[in-house]
Amino acid sequence: MTRITMTVDGVSYTDDVENRTLLVQYLREQLGKTGTVVGCDTTNCGACTVHLDGRSVKSCTVLAVQADGHEVRTVEGLATDGELAPIQQAFHDCHALQCGFCTPGMMMQSLDLLAENPDPTDEEIREGLEGNMCRCTGYQNIVKAVRQAAGTGAQS
Amino acid sequence: MTAVDETTTAPAAEIGSPRKRKEDQRLITGRTRYTDNITLPGMLHLGMVRSPLAHATITGIHTDDAKASPGVVAVYTGADLAAAHGSLPNAWPVTPDQKAPEHHAVAVDRVAFAGEIVAVVVARSPREARDATELVEVDYDDLEPVLDLEAAAAGPPYAHPDLGTNESATWIFDSAEAGTGSDVEAAIDQARGDGVVIERTYRQQRLIPAFMEPRSTVVDPTSEQITMWSATQVPHILRLMLALTCNISESKLRVIAPDVGGGFGGKLQVTPEEVTTLLVANRLGKPVKYTETRSESLVAGHHGRDQVQRLTLSATKEGIVTGLKVDLLANMGAYLGLVTSGVPVLGAFMYNSIYKFPAYRFTCHNIFTNLTWTDAYRGAGRPEATFAIERLMDDLAAELQMDPIELRRKNWIRHEEFPFTTVAGLEYDSGNYEAATDKALELFGYDELRSEQQRRRESNDPVQLGIGTSTFTEMCGLAPSRVLGSLAYGAGGWENAQVRMLPSGKVEVVTGASAHGQGHETAWSQIVADRLGVAFEDVEVLHGDTQVSVKGLDTYGSRSLSVGGIAVVKAADKVIEKARHVAAHLMEASEDDLEFSGGRFSVKGTDKGMAIGEIALAVFAAHNLPDGMEPTLDSDATYDPVNFSFPHGTHLAAMEVDTETGAVKLRKYVCVDDVGIVVNPLIVEGQVHGGLVQGIAQALFEEAVYDDQGTLVTGSFVDYLVPSAADVPDFITDRTETPSTTNPLGVKGVGEAGTIASTPAIVNGVLDAIRHLGVQDLTMPCTPSRVWQALQSREQGEPASVQPTNPEQTSGNLNSSGVISPEQGPRTEGGAS
Amino acid sequence: MIPAAFDYHAPTSVEEALRLLAESGDDVKVLAGGQSLLPVLKLRLAAPEVVVDLGRIDALRGVREDGEALVIGAMTPHHEVASDPLVQQHALLLREATRTVADPQVRHRGTFGGALAHADPAGDLLAPCLALDAEFVIAGQGGTRTVAAADFFQDYFTTAIDDGEILTEVRVPKHTGWRAHYEKFSRVAQQWSIVAIAVTLRSEGGTISEARVALTNMGTVPIRATAAEQALAGVAATPEAVAQAVAGIAEGTEPPSDLNGDADYRRHLATVLARRAVLAAAG
Repeated sequence: MTRITMTVDGVSYTDDVENRTLLVQYLREQLGKTGTVVGCDTTNCGACTVHLDGRSVKSCTVLAVQADGHEVRTVEGLATDGELAPIQQAFHDCHALQCGFCTPGMMMQSLDLLAENPDPTDEEIREGLEGNMCRCTGYQNIVKAVRQAAGTGAQS
Repeated sequence: MTAVDETTTAPAAEIGSPRKRKEDQRLITGRTRYTDNITLPGMLHLGMVRSPLAHATITGIHTDDAKASPGVVAVYTGADLAAAHGSLPNAWPVTPDQKAPEHHAVAVDRVAFAGEIVAVVVARSPREARDATELVEVDYDDLEPVLDLEAAAAGPPYAHPDLGTNESATWIFDSAEAGTGSDVEAAIDQARGDGVVIERTYRQQRLIPAFMEPRSTVVDPTSEQITMWSATQVPHILRLMLALTCNISESKLRVIAPDVGGGFGGKLQVTPEEVTTLLVANRLGKPVKYTETRSESLVAGHHGRDQVQRLTLSATKEGIVTGLKVDLLANMGAYLGLVTSGVPVLGAFMYNSIYKFPAYRFTCHNIFTNLTWTDAYRGAGRPEATFAIERLMDDLAAELQMDPIELRRKNWIRHEEFPFTTVAGLEYDSGNYEAATDKALELFGYDELRSEQQRRRESNDPVQLGIGTSTFTEMCGLAPSRVLGSLAYGAGGWENAQVRMLPSGKVEVVTGASAHGQGHETAWSQIVADRLGVAFEDVEVLHGDTQVSVKGLDTYGSRSLSVGGIAVVKAADKVIEKARHVAAHLMEASEDDLEFSGGRFSVKGTDKGMAIGEIALAVFAAHNLPDGMEPTLDSDATYDPVNFSFPHGTHLAAMEVDTETGAVKLRKYVCVDDVGIVVNPLIVEGQVHGGLVQGIAQALFEEAVYDDQGTLVTGSFVDYLVPSAADVPDFITDRTETPSTTNPLGVKGVGEAGTIASTPAIVNGVLDAIRHLGVQDLTMPCTPSRVWQALQSREQGEPASVQPTNPEQTSGNLNSSGVISPEQGPRTEGGAS
Repeated sequence: MIPAAFDYHAPTSVEEALRLLAESGDDVKVLAGGQSLLPVLKLRLAAPEVVVDLGRIDALRGVREDGEALVIGAMTPHHEVASDPLVQQHALLLREATRTVADPQVRHRGTFGGALAHADPAGDLLAPCLALDAEFVIAGQGGTRTVAAADFFQDYFTTAIDDGEILTEVRVPKHTGWRAHYEKFSRVAQQWSIVAIAVTLRSEGGTISEARVALTNMGTVPIRATAAEQALAGVAATPEAVAQAVAGIAEGTEPPSDLNGDADYRRHLATVLARRAVLAAAG
């Protein structure tokens, strides 16, 4: 076991973890942050995407010990005081989710791409989401939602 | 589509309004309850030991090391569990003499596909369970695996040696015998003399549903009732089947489908994993969880499609179709799941599609192999049928040098001919193929694209353009119970709903349909808001828990709205009738003098009136009710549809083929669907989008491939290619609305339409781009390599069809033992250590 | 999804890392960005007793100039390489190729050196490094040694890095102002290269003066197309002339056969893609 400290959604946590614990397992099982989900075991689907020090990562492919001393943001840290973040509002407005399983990762990656490129073209949005799979929506409304969010300062 | 904000109180017409979904709030904030999110005190975790071999006798299982591993509570083999349950259920014996092997949750003495469970480890944590699975040693004696569908049909060897055959059943429909049409052999003979006969063999490759949420089950036995949470589409069916399979009283079992991350037919099953979790929890008296990994999901969750379709179509030289003969081999895989055997039968009624065939014969042979079991996957039987007929129509058009749209016009049912009884014996209630097609052609810019195609052909452009057509229909709204009975299905097709008026004026709607992304909570609220004249926000929809929704038949086959939604309407109407009785009593009026509108009963010709909420409160108080009336407005209804519904549409795809590389690009896609009256256009559009991508993925990307040992080569998302946003374009979607005449809302179904229609549109488009270069057929998925090979074969004067890639030649996979050794590391997504 | 248990060390210097490797016996894995290693561990295709994480060695991260060479620290993440102005100026080909690696999330974690040390023949950085005559600096207990790209990639997933050694940096001779293109062919965006062609060149007035070309996934190691490079020198950047110059580019190669195509198809693809890559690079 290794003792780690990290800030998740603005709260500092210190815990003992097994070295092999993946970041997503730490978030879900030790912190109860079940908003972040696991969709595959080969780093393809992107459902577990969170921000690590402000950049999107697949939390199934980071060890919890690697995140020691760093800052993590999950889907559960997006809304503030009950107010939806613009990216959440945009996904809702544009019907960019159906079953919702890919949605946390999809939104976290959307935020990252908007931080990198605040005014993306549709093609840039699609390329920016190439590491996130959705089986329900056919992506069209997700692209639309990111486009809507781009106009609202959603990258913050 | 402009969404409507949920805070505005709606005017009368909720139906047709693009309401934003009620479901979204919890899903976008991460406040979800997927099964794997559930943790209970003292909960134990399962790890599955799975067979690496496709076919073998189990000669020994050594569990001592695993049992001694830290945190391990128990290790069970098939022999330990077999006595506690019967064979996993198949609800659809399509013939009286259907053959099926016994299906244990955990294999007892023989494994029949790679991925089958052979032992179960129970431990205090998921990690300890996983560690101990490594320590279970299983001795196997190899048996010859049956892997090729066509060879299996000829058999031996047999996938299940005791059965003495690989054929589970043969199911036949013949229009001459059924009295719905004439003799197809006569029609074909006639056409061989003076018409055209098109004979083709198409392959429906094996697909994997690949819902995004891996399957997960939690069982809590620590109460009078055993509670199971499971990632399932079918909590009600699951409860009944588990009770029967595990010999538990149905009343002692509660099944909850909490948030469920997609299904697409893949969660329409009673799985070995669910049965095992239930048995272990029961035995140990502790809550138990099992969540599969994606690798396990891909190899052990049921697959879809996998058919060989031998087809003969006859027509006159003028292009009037005269006969259709379908001879299918359908791959069951190793076992019959819940509806495995019925999937090809569901297609039997759809091969004739929208066309006026006078003669039709359908035969399917259900064949066992030592591959993962198959069962429902989005469309289930109907995508296969639609693919076959739409490919045949394009092939016939090419043969006759006729425009494919024109050919279809000559043969389809005209709008004034409805209701129309088809050669397969179904009565199509309504449709307007002309209107949908005209609209699609206009949106597509058909004539301009045909001109561009001609220019590219003339200039010998390396990038050729093709136009693919698919004018589809499907049968959905499963299903009239009497029809299911005639097909030997083990249950009915009704659906149940309750509408409860709360004293506060709020309304609770309970539905037997179990949503996993479809948006029932929103759509049902719209229906009830309109019906009862209450605010959209005041309706709460409850579902997915057999203790709340006590009766139901769940969600599949595009049935939710056209069956479950109608049950809601019927229940709401009963509430209104009860309330009318009370209103007349309280306002001292005759019921005949009451009008109900906008949620109020008013007495004609007066200003007297009462809102339904006021009546609900009065009924709750029950101080002053009509004599003999029970103090409740709550009502339920069980609706059995009188017919299927028949959505249809015209889909057009412009495909670019790079003849140098074989790469295929979808440039433009237009679809005009007619799903009848639309309750929520936002949701309908979303269903179409998602369906399209799944159908396109069958045409271009996805295929479950096995090696010559029966190991799944495409055992991860590295090789099983689910497209991302970067791999598909935007679609132009539109609708026509021809109401269904067989239900009070005029609705049809939309859940599967996009998937059913799009696959042939894409493949027809690819072929149309290169048919003039001599390519007549392509095997799905139309990979660059296959397209290029087809073009090469043509150049070398060989038959211009491409065979599937030799499955021995594999690499880049995670699970096969072939190319990549563990020491070297597999190829995974990153490429970046 | 759950790796086997391992001991974990996160040294903060190369010296400490080398010492830990030496002390850890045979069953040790070096963890860079983890985007290939962690999936392997999750699937238990590997179960090392010890993992040595280089992620906390700051000295291994970053891009700098050293005379005529651009020096890229082995632990520099892909997204930093792709956005680094020095890389754009002096090794544009690396930027072009790095941008195609996997997906954005993986590019945030995955590292330049990790991908090269992993040496997947379908990896997108091997051929560009070969084309640019990169040199690999490898540190061991006995000091550092420098290996040329041609000698670094030895076989399928095998490099010149020995047990107990660490790739610390890659020195790339400056190709200042050279144009570049990485032509990657795959069936879906996230997929590994079926075949890819790395090209960097100088051209004047529509004529190619000098070109460097290498092939991805056309064998067990990346392949330098020396004959094509020679044939391209002095050729007009027209489709016909370039096609002729690269016509033999796949001759003698032994690419893999798999679900995405057989060897013949890959050889054909290489020829088509090489023409397109050169023309794209020549602009």
